[in-house]
Amino acid sequence: MVTLASRSRSVRRTANKPKLVNGAPAPNPVVRALKGIVLLICCAAVAIPFIGVISTSLADQDQITKAGGYVLWPSHPSFDAYAAIFRGGAVTRATLVSIGITLVGSLLSMAVVALLAYSLSRPGSFGHRPLLMLVLITMLFNAGMIPNYLLIKQLGLIDSWWALILPPVVSAFQVIIVRAFFMEVPREIIDAARIDGAGELQILTRIMLPLSKAVLAVVGLFQAVAYWSAFFNALLYINDPDKWPLSLVLRTYVVDNTAIGTDLPGEVVPPQQSLQMAILVVSLVPICLVYPFLQKHFAKGVVVGAVKG
Amino acid sequence: MAAPASPWRRLRRDWFLLMLGLPGLLLVVLFHYVPLAGNVIAFKDYRPYLTIWEAPWVGFTNFRVIYEGDPAFLNALSNTLIISLIQVVVVFPIPIALALLLNSLLSEKIKRVVQSVLYLPHFMSWVIVVALFQQMLGNAGLYNTWARVHDLPLLHIIGNSDLFLPLITSQAIWKDVGWGTIIFLAAISRVDTELFEAVAVDGGGRLRQLWHVTLPAIRSVVVLLLILRLGDVLSVGFEQIYLQQAAVGQDVSEVLDTYVYNRGILDGNFGMAAAVGLVKGVVGLALVLIANKVAHLFGERGIYSRW
Repeated sequence: MVTLASRSRSVRRTANKPKLVNGAPAPNPVVRALKGIVLLICCAAVAIPFIGVISTSLADQDQITKAGGYVLWPSHPSFDAYAAIFRGGAVTRATLVSIGITLVGSLLSMAVVALLAYSLSRPGSFGHRPLLMLVLITMLFNAGMIPNYLLIKQLGLIDSWWALILPPVVSAFQVIIVRAFFMEVPREIIDAARIDGAGELQILTRIMLPLSKAVLAVVGLFQAVAYWSAFFNALLYINDPDKWPLSLVLRTYVVDNTAIGTDLPGEVVPPQQSLQMAILVVSLVPICLVYPFLQKHFAKGVVVGAVKG
Repeated sequence: MAAPASPWRRLRRDWFLLMLGLPGLLLVVLFHYVPLAGNVIAFKDYRPYLTIWEAPWVGFTNFRVIYEGDPAFLNALSNTLIISLIQVVVVFPIPIALALLLNSLLSEKIKRVVQSVLYLPHFMSWVIVVALFQQMLGNAGLYNTWARVHDLPLLHIIGNSDLFLPLITSQAIWKDVGWGTIIFLAAISRVDTELFEAVAVDGGGRLRQLWHVTLPAIRSVVVLLLILRLGDVLSVGFEQIYLQQAAVGQDVSEVLDTYVYNRGILDGNFGMAAAVGLVKGVVGLALVLIANKVAHLFGERGIYSRW
């Protein structure tokens, strides 16, 4: 081992000798170039749609006409399309609905998940195993579309935003992740706090939550993304177009290509193409904005879920 | 803490802890367990003006589409199985290959940039993915506009029922292949690098390292994911297919989930739709349990070790 380590150190100093990776010679230039090309194609396939859509939403009418419909780089960026969809009307309303659902839903979710995870974080407490099982087993089944729909109907939540907010509030996966963090807090700290006279609520708010702020933030962000994009529940439970969240508006005006002009106030309406792009961009930009924060943490979450799930 | 107390003592000690968890537990019961009981309407003649309790029992009448083989149901079933098969055979191995490729990169920086780009589509909802595909590959989409200007052959992919399967497969690849690499990369990163060096000392090159160290390291993860995939064999993305169903027709695009939606929610045939959904759920659960058992027989870890 010593000789190997010292050898690879000396190799790094002399550029002429083949570089060693994990003890084996590095791949030859042709293989490396091929890998580069494959990855470049993959990245382009992901990036080009986003670039195309964002650029076209920002391009002015002249440029769109000249290019025949799509623009990969807006030469004179204009926000006319955004001004049009945010002057009031269907898209403005739906955006506000989605923002409201996302905020209320993810805050509620963080609170409820934290409380549940804490109450399930103490082995030996009353009903610990059965209650934990009750939560975990929900990962194995799904009652089905029709019974879920009938439940919401019986609860009188059809056409209510609560039908979108309440069902996804608690998921077993998030409870597992937060609970795992709570359980890593040393037992001694909790016992010491209790001797000092702290109750459960104080232990939770003074010790547990400050120590697991990061994981709660991640849970909240994941929930926010889920609430923002929720489509299936909205399709099932929200029939009134005035209450639609953004996902249904996106479906109607962009995927189904319904003419949008009449649903917007104002006299001069930019072309359908730019409006569609602008709606699409409004739907995806918030996700892109929180994405860097998610990315820092999700790999860990996936692995925890895989190991403990 | 104190020695094991009697249940009563423990309840008195822990009641406040339980109260904290109560809102979450109630939501879990309400939205996961109560609808489970709602599956009784699969055995009832449900009418919107009756409550679930008032509806008359009809035994297995609602299951007739299944055991008598209603053509529309069989079509939905066969489409579901075909799409699932394609997803296991075509889509499943790609993240593994991509993870191996990413892992073989020498530059950590390039690797991180590529990962950041490729993970992004996972967070886009199906509405966004379908809309993006339409804007790119639609008959008036970005490619065709560009191809018209440059006199290149035009693509007719969106709304073409012959190409529906390749289309939804490529959408699934575009959305989730990058994300799928995470778990394999994590498994590879846990490998002790001395194992790689040991192969090299024995004269093996990079291919031998791949074959003798990397692949065995990810084997149990592959088995685990295949099991999970098997449990989902009867569910193929409702949203993805529903959104594109109008354009290509139900012959090629009706799957079990859209069948339940179209018959139940849209046509109001709740009992029959619930029956199909119930059978789907039970078969799915059975498949997961069986697959897990099989994995144990082959000495793998599976999803859970003991029930």
